[in-house]
Amino acid sequence: MDVFFYIAAAVAIISTVLVITRKHPVHALLYLIVSFLAVAIIFYQLGAPFVAALEIVLYAGAIVVLFIFVVMMLNLGKETSLQEKTWLNLSTWLLPGILASILLIELVYLINTQPNSTITIAEVDPKAVALSLFGPYLIGVELAAMLLMAGVIGAAHIGQRKKKYWHRFLQEDEQ
Amino acid sequence: MISLIRSIWLTFLHLFHKKETIQYPEEKVQLKPRYRGRIVLTRDPDGGERCVGCYLCAAACPVDCIALQATENEEGRRYPEFFRINFSRCIFCGFCEEACPTYAIQLIPDFEMAEYVRQNLVYEKEDLLINSQGKYPGYNYYKVAGLDAGVKGKGEGENEEPPIDRHSLLP
Amino acid sequence: MSETLTYWIVIIGILFVLLNVAALLIWVERRMLALWQDRLGPNRAGPLGLFIVLADTLKLFFKEDWTPPFADRNVFVMAPAVVVICVLLSFAVIPFAPNIQIVDLNIGLLFFLGMSSLGVYSIVLGGWASNNKYSLLGALRGASQMISYEVFMALSLMGVVMLTGSFSLHAIVEAQKNCWFILLQPVGFVIFFIAGIAETHRLPFDIPEAESELVAGFHSEYSGMKFGMFFIGEYLGITLISAITVALFFGGWLGPAFLPPIVWFIIKTTGFILFFILLRASLPRPRYDQLMEYGWKVLLPLSLLNLLVTGGIILLLNQP
Repeated sequence: MDVFFYIAAAVAIISTVLVITRKHPVHALLYLIVSFLAVAIIFYQLGAPFVAALEIVLYAGAIVVLFIFVVMMLNLGKETSLQEKTWLNLSTWLLPGILASILLIELVYLINTQPNSTITIAEVDPKAVALSLFGPYLIGVELAAMLLMAGVIGAAHIGQRKKKYWHRFLQEDEQ
Repeated sequence: MISLIRSIWLTFLHLFHKKETIQYPEEKVQLKPRYRGRIVLTRDPDGGERCVGCYLCAAACPVDCIALQATENEEGRRYPEFFRINFSRCIFCGFCEEACPTYAIQLIPDFEMAEYVRQNLVYEKEDLLINSQGKYPGYNYYKVAGLDAGVKGKGEGENEEPPIDRHSLLP
Repeated sequence: MSETLTYWIVIIGILFVLLNVAALLIWVERRMLALWQDRLGPNRAGPLGLFIVLADTLKLFFKEDWTPPFADRNVFVMAPAVVVICVLLSFAVIPFAPNIQIVDLNIGLLFFLGMSSLGVYSIVLGGWASNNKYSLLGALRGASQMISYEVFMALSLMGVVMLTGSFSLHAIVEAQKNCWFILLQPVGFVIFFIAGIAETHRLPFDIPEAESELVAGFHSEYSGMKFGMFFIGEYLGITLISAITVALFFGGWLGPAFLPPIVWFIIKTTGFILFFILLRASLPRPRYDQLMEYGWKVLLPLSLLNLLVTGGIILLLNQP
């Protein structure tokens, strides 16, 4: 089973790197989907099938679709990819890259020096997730719900539009 | 919502209705006598050609699919030397039939004229001329025309008075 | 050894049957639509016109597979494959009979939802990669329609999950031994079925393709076997939604014992497939904004209410 984990992890890393380096935003988003799917498989491997499924349904299935939706409407063509090319020159990414790789080396070192580096896989079924969500983490769920409610009301308010009359004869008299 | 369910149900009931389809090659379609199909040239009761080559059908044709050349025999009767209809152009509008003063050109209830070669759709006079009087049996143009073309003498036609000697009209 | 062999036989058998069913549905749909329109439909080629399937498939195979020069080539080629892969993967969790199921995941239902949500990509990417304004409009409509209706689909299923206490489809069917869930969850069923039609973008919700407005919607530029993939994907989608509906609300393989379970499953699924076709024959297409309004303003509150009432009743009955 470890082999599957490493394959999925490699796919996730490679596809994420490709997300950053792709010039075309839609192609980048496609690699992002692959990355999400790989992460979902890793979750499944680690004994969290519920989170894996939600990863696919919500992130890969809904949120990235919305990203693509927006990018599609922007009609990004050749000019934008050229622009992207000029932005992504050596001097811009060299310094952040070096800093981030220093952190990465530190992380790898720390993980290697940990005494207990084996991950214990414990199966978490959906019921356990639900019990913990509506038990100890109830406040978090309710706060998230309130945030979502605010979002829904805001969207409904913004989306409201004035009633349009297609013809003056169909116009109702204003009281 | 109720209306949607009702329309679904009514559509479902159509499963048991009588089907409108006619299984064509085995089962022929019933055509009305005034159906505008293949164009023919008819003959008068004596067996002579009705067409007098007046070109009115060719002039009326909106797609210019009729071509003919009029000629005359030794008795002075006009007839088409050739009569050609290009059925790959014809739209079966029936204007030629309406334009024809002698009821010669007629559209009959027959549409089975498919061909593999386009050239075969060009019908010559021998293809068009049928041995029938078509929709107007008993009509003979030269019997009612004032012209003597070998069918009848001058003044012997129906509703026709004998020719008057102009000189006898003098006071 | 023999266990793995039967396992593989089941997998290949299901794949074989599904692809054949999808092809056969071409004929079924045309015949049934014709009958509902007082016509006879294709009845010439072969017995009852069954060879129309063969003719159609051959035609699709021999058509020129044209990729427009202005299209985004890789994405264009990938898009039709996505729909077929997603739908076929969803069939992995469907319990056809007590012992005919490829895998009994404990998140089976969520797997189905995830795969159907990934299916959106075929429309979005196909429409975008075609680089054609009609395709793009179809893709936009398809994306928003399918994302919205996925929400209600998932929410309407939660009532069933609550009654069973499991996401496993096998367990859900087993839980209907005494009473089919259609009797306990009629609202959930209606919402799920409407959302299912929208997910497969079938008529009356075929807004992404809407041939009277958008040429052919997201697959305007597709031809040959790539179009065939969309075609097959659509019919597989119908079969999938019918099968899931049967498994969730109509007791799956359960039925009187004089017929084997698989036959019961097939009979029920066929009934729903025919109902899909009947809907196509009878209902007009709503406008795009009507569809969205209907979804968010009617179906969403209704499915939430259904969830609330179901939960309340379960709590009430389980009280000591």
